[in-house]
Amino acid sequence: MSTEHTRLLLSGNHAVSYAVKLARPNVMPVYPITPQTPILEKITEFHAGGEMTGEIMTMESEHSVMAAAITASLTGVRVFTATASQGLLLMHEMLHYAAGARAPIVMANVNRTLGSPWGFWPDQTDSLAQRDVGWIQYYCENGQESHDTTLQAFRVAEQVLLPVMVVHEAFYVSHAMEAVDIVSQQQVDAYLPPFNPPHRLDPQIGESWGNTVSQTMFQNHRRDMGEAMERVLEVGKQADRELQELVGRGYGILEQYRCEGAEFIIATMGSMTGTVRDVVDELRAAGVSIGLLKIRLFRPFPVADLREALVGVPKVMVLDRNFAPGTGGVLFQELKAALYGLAGAPEIHGYLAGVGGTNISPSAIKEMVQCAMGENPSVNSVWKG
Amino acid sequence: MSYQIDEQKIFNSGHAACPGCSEALAIRFIINTLGSDAIAVVPPSCIAIISGPQPLSSMRIPVYQTTLEASAASAAGIKRALLSKGNDHTNVVAIAGDGGTYDIGFQALSAAAERNEDIIYICLDNEGYMNTGSQKSSATPSRAYTTSTPAGKLTPKKNMAAIMAAHNIPYMATATTGYPDDLARKVARAMKIKGGLRFIVVLTPCLTGWGIPDNAGPKVSRLAVESGVFPLYEVENGQSYTLNYGPKGLPVADYVTRQKRYRHLSAEDIEFIQKEVDQNWERLQVKF
Ligand SMILES: Cc1ncc(C[n+]2csc(CCOP(=O)(O)OP(=O)(O)O)c2C)c(N)n1
Ligand code: SF4
Ligand SMILES: [Mg+2]
Repeated sequence: MSTEHTRLLLSGNHAVSYAVKLARPNVMPVYPITPQTPILEKITEFHAGGEMTGEIMTMESEHSVMAAAITASLTGVRVFTATASQGLLLMHEMLHYAAGARAPIVMANVNRTLGSPWGFWPDQTDSLAQRDVGWIQYYCENGQESHDTTLQAFRVAEQVLLPVMVVHEAFYVSHAMEAVDIVSQQQVDAYLPPFNPPHRLDPQIGESWGNTVSQTMFQNHRRDMGEAMERVLEVGKQADRELQELVGRGYGILEQYRCEGAEFIIATMGSMTGTVRDVVDELRAAGVSIGLLKIRLFRPFPVADLREALVGVPKVMVLDRNFAPGTGGVLFQELKAALYGLAGAPEIHGYLAGVGGTNISPSAIKEMVQCAMGENPSVNSVWKG
Repeated sequence: MSYQIDEQKIFNSGHAACPGCSEALAIRFIINTLGSDAIAVVPPSCIAIISGPQPLSSMRIPVYQTTLEASAASAAGIKRALLSKGNDHTNVVAIAGDGGTYDIGFQALSAAAERNEDIIYICLDNEGYMNTGSQKSSATPSRAYTTSTPAGKLTPKKNMAAIMAAHNIPYMATATTGYPDDLARKVARAMKIKGGLRFIVVLTPCLTGWGIPDNAGPKVSRLAVESGVFPLYEVENGQSYTLNYGPKGLPVADYVTRQKRYRHLSAEDIEFIQKEVDQNWERLQVKF
């Protein structure tokens, strides 16, 4: 197999578009919204230039984007789309519909604040508000990870028949330029076999979808969805390992960075992990026993892996770049629930940091570490910078 | 104008419609004309009930039940996926109610027409949200009682035929179940004209919503045409108009007095509706 590879200077968004081109989807319904738009523009440019085939559908709304994505997927072809913020929320009804239909759609979501009032800033509340819709969710730290994760997403989606959201944040990732290693077409073709599901909308087969069902049938269907989600933990790890074997880059579903023997761990997702990594390096150099736990796979929430990673650690500090009024930071809530009843569970400090896209500098994080080290945790999320 | 209906046995008896339902009658002529190389999209409506609860289906073709506002987008997604696999022959048809077409599904429909999606979209227009118990839609005509307009609707019916014709789609037609051969012919015509969105709006009297006896659907449907309330015509490419069945000079009183949804009407109300119908016909007539 050819290992020729290309390294390009790309925005995080274009890193996604390149991965989509390599995955050869058949149908791509699209709708613009800042800061997602460059993903779709690059795809339509590839298409117009003959570098991609398939059907581009320029829809009139994100709701219709997802409606068309679902049926295209159920007709038995690979489907990609991308959105952000208000667009994702407009899709909400169809996100449930897609998961219920077991349509393995892959969608990139660029985290952006939700109105009102209007803003364009990185904030993960949009996708975290979709945590119960039955979609697998990956949070990416940088463009390279978004590129690789998009490829993994098709693989995982098609193996478990659930849709996948590949998430990265506005501007910090979506528009930041970095060198990205593009996986070769041969490698992707080997990694992603053509999608050819046995069950599909096809007059030759005659199967239908969506008819009214009984209570028991509905319950069984939901249970099956749950089982498929459970399988993602293994399938996701395998998809990551196998891509790593091909291209030398792997991420795990969680990443434990310098967590060996750590007495204090910072847990977070997305672009903030990059900043925290630097902070950990600095503090480790100063003799502080500290590590980073990056949650890359958020749905399904890898409870067993998290418990294993955090058992026996005295203190954990969660940084949430999202806010759910009335309950606080979403990762904080979920992590507390995941560790409930664990003997040797850490104390957990939940800090709201970067909500609304405010910049969180390394020194701000160091201050938070100091603060958490010196106080007892609050049951509620605490506002920080 | 006589047309020999060629019915294939795709639509089965034993479905869950009210006995005498015109929607079921319309589906019979639509689905049996489309034949076996078709995929249907159906949103929530009485059509979905008629289509059948899992694991039953009244149609011997794949049926995808979508959300109320998404029929046109869902149908387009199927068509594009088929095209991407090299299948350009399977007919994709959305069959939606008036609520799912005139109201909540209008945005997706207008957009699919603008994109010239190669689908057939058929609206079964019973002039209200019947599946939820007969509430007003924008297809409900002036003065009609619905459970959400108990004093009668104050605004006229939206002219969906004109709106869709104005999209300059390859084919737009009005039809009704009292003229089954005309309806079947129009479906066959829509199948023949490829390469764009074909739209048919079919007036389908609802027994409970309109307050008519079980056996009155076809008769009331014919009266709608003969009184000029619902002329049957076709428009190709937004400009070539053909009248199939127009008013026969019957007063609208003959039509409305047979329906309980109009039983509160005063003589002035009927006069008002008559004027509205005359005006609409005047405007339409010049196009033929
Ligand atoms: C988003 C959404 N809102 C409301 C409903 C409830 N609902 C189900 S069927 C229906 C009425 C549909 O009316 P129409 O399209 O005219 O079809 P009919 O029942 O008259 O055949 C409504 C409002 C729904 N399914 N989805
Ligand atoms: S309520 Fe009306 S439209 Fe619905 S099944 Fe009965 S007669 Fe048909
Ligand atoms: Mg209706």
